[in-house]
Amino acid sequence: MAERTQKQKPTPARTEETVTDAPAGAPQGEKLKAELDDLLDEIDEVLETNAEDFVKSYVQ
Amino acid sequence: MAIAKVCGIETEYGIQVRGAESNPVAASSVLINAYVSGVLRKVSWDYEDEQPGNDARGFRYEDVFAPETETQLVNAVLTNGARYYVDHAHPEISTPECINAWDVVRWDRAAEEIVRVSMDRARRLLNDGSEIVTYKNNSDGKGNSYGCHENYLVDRATPFGRIVSQITPHFVTRQVFCGAGKVGSELAGTSSQAVPYQLSQRADFFEEEVGLETTLKRPIVNTRDEPHCDPQKYRRLHVIVGDANMAEVSTYLKVGTTAIVLAMIEDDMVGSDLAVANPVSAIRQISHDPTLTRTVLLREGKRVTALELQWSLLERAQKYERSHGLESVGEAVGLDVLARWETVLSGLESDRDSVAGWVDWVAKERLVNAFAARHDLRPADAKLKALDLQYHDLRADRCLARRVGLETLVGDDDVRTAMTEPPTTTRAYFRGRCLQKWPNDIVAANWDSMVFDVGRDPLRRVPMMEPLKGTAEHVANLLDDCATAAELLSRLGS
Repeated sequence: MAERTQKQKPTPARTEETVTDAPAGAPQGEKLKAELDDLLDEIDEVLETNAEDFVKSYVQ
Repeated sequence: MAIAKVCGIETEYGIQVRGAESNPVAASSVLINAYVSGVLRKVSWDYEDEQPGNDARGFRYEDVFAPETETQLVNAVLTNGARYYVDHAHPEISTPECINAWDVVRWDRAAEEIVRVSMDRARRLLNDGSEIVTYKNNSDGKGNSYGCHENYLVDRATPFGRIVSQITPHFVTRQVFCGAGKVGSELAGTSSQAVPYQLSQRADFFEEEVGLETTLKRPIVNTRDEPHCDPQKYRRLHVIVGDANMAEVSTYLKVGTTAIVLAMIEDDMVGSDLAVANPVSAIRQISHDPTLTRTVLLREGKRVTALELQWSLLERAQKYERSHGLESVGEAVGLDVLARWETVLSGLESDRDSVAGWVDWVAKERLVNAFAARHDLRPADAKLKALDLQYHDLRADRCLARRVGLETLVGDDDVRTAMTEPPTTTRAYFRGRCLQKWPNDIVAANWDSMVFDVGRDPLRRVPMMEPLKGTAEHVANLLDDCATAAELLSRLGS
């Protein structure tokens, strides 16, 4: 049997991308940075307060 | 043709007690008891058929290994068919046997929720302000690692040597999409300055290509030959080389692609030209290079990147699907895995951010880099290591992985029901349903049998040597019809 060389494209798993609000015309990099900034603000609230001690005491 | 790739995941969770002195074994027992005593009469694990010293290469270690689990420790079997126990001073959950990668994700997520409920109940029980906290990761950052193992049913007729040589290239390179990410390095002689961030939690800990060990001199291919089913027909490939994933798609791709490659090996459709010259150094080199540009040497003399090797495997898998179909891994799930496999490789190659919702190490790397830039931190700063640990913190309000936008595959309702219900398509169904219906008549259970005590001596053992028997299709009516365990046993004719 002849080997098929044509690569079959599988159906993309995600057919629809959710687009979150970005300032019109904002480049992708800017938008990502804004998202990460928001996330970091949020994360600052829940982070362990004494990172040094926390990391040191985590021994398995 | 390849046999059905019955599969499952065992996760050892990191554990820490806050606000009180405790040892991890005691804390793990408190955690598990807090859950088990709240939900069911405890049914013990039965060690009758455990043989972790058997080696797939044909020999047996009689005295070399102590039993993997000390029998006096907490060890329970749950109504969803899973096992919840203390192993090596960690709480561990093995999912029930599943027939495809999607089910594995579902019961692995259910396991996480079970641990989360355990933490809540333990906090209430302790009632002294102390707290047991668990982490779904694989390293404490100080050279101590704990595992996330996968298991796959393979055909005994397939030569073990072929499995070892042909699965190794996948095990060395699949970390590009299922590595959980790690700040720094734990490899002796490699500073965190040289390796500020890497793909895998576990890659630093592998020292051999093949062997029986799981906690020392870890091998890329583990040879434990303990099938927990008919040993004449089957092997259970025990895989110790993976990371525990927070991203559902990572777990899905890890299990889904590995099941496909194993099916291809059974049908002898992989070939030997992808063999890596030095797998142990290659797995580390690939992990230590988040740019994904480093090449590794193949035995045939060519140098390739991990992505190039993965593209070769994917192309062969696509060809295999056209020639053989994917029934052995679940047709629909198999096709979806193939599609996502291509999407993830394309994304890693050309638009890394596009797969940040699928791949743990990418999501974590973005977080670590952004945090380091904001606070002007040096590579591998303690704050970045804390961020790394907290990515895997299972407390809902602390877990950073829950905040980075990971895509979910399994809905909340499916996760919730999987905490108590077994899969319907494997023998886990029989185990789980019996435990739901007759907990007081079952004295012990394990993967391949259940022991009943219905008041008459002797105890009655029901063997379950076929992973695909005891499904809902086979026994749902029987279990519905039987009012008592005694009636079940008599109708089973055991």
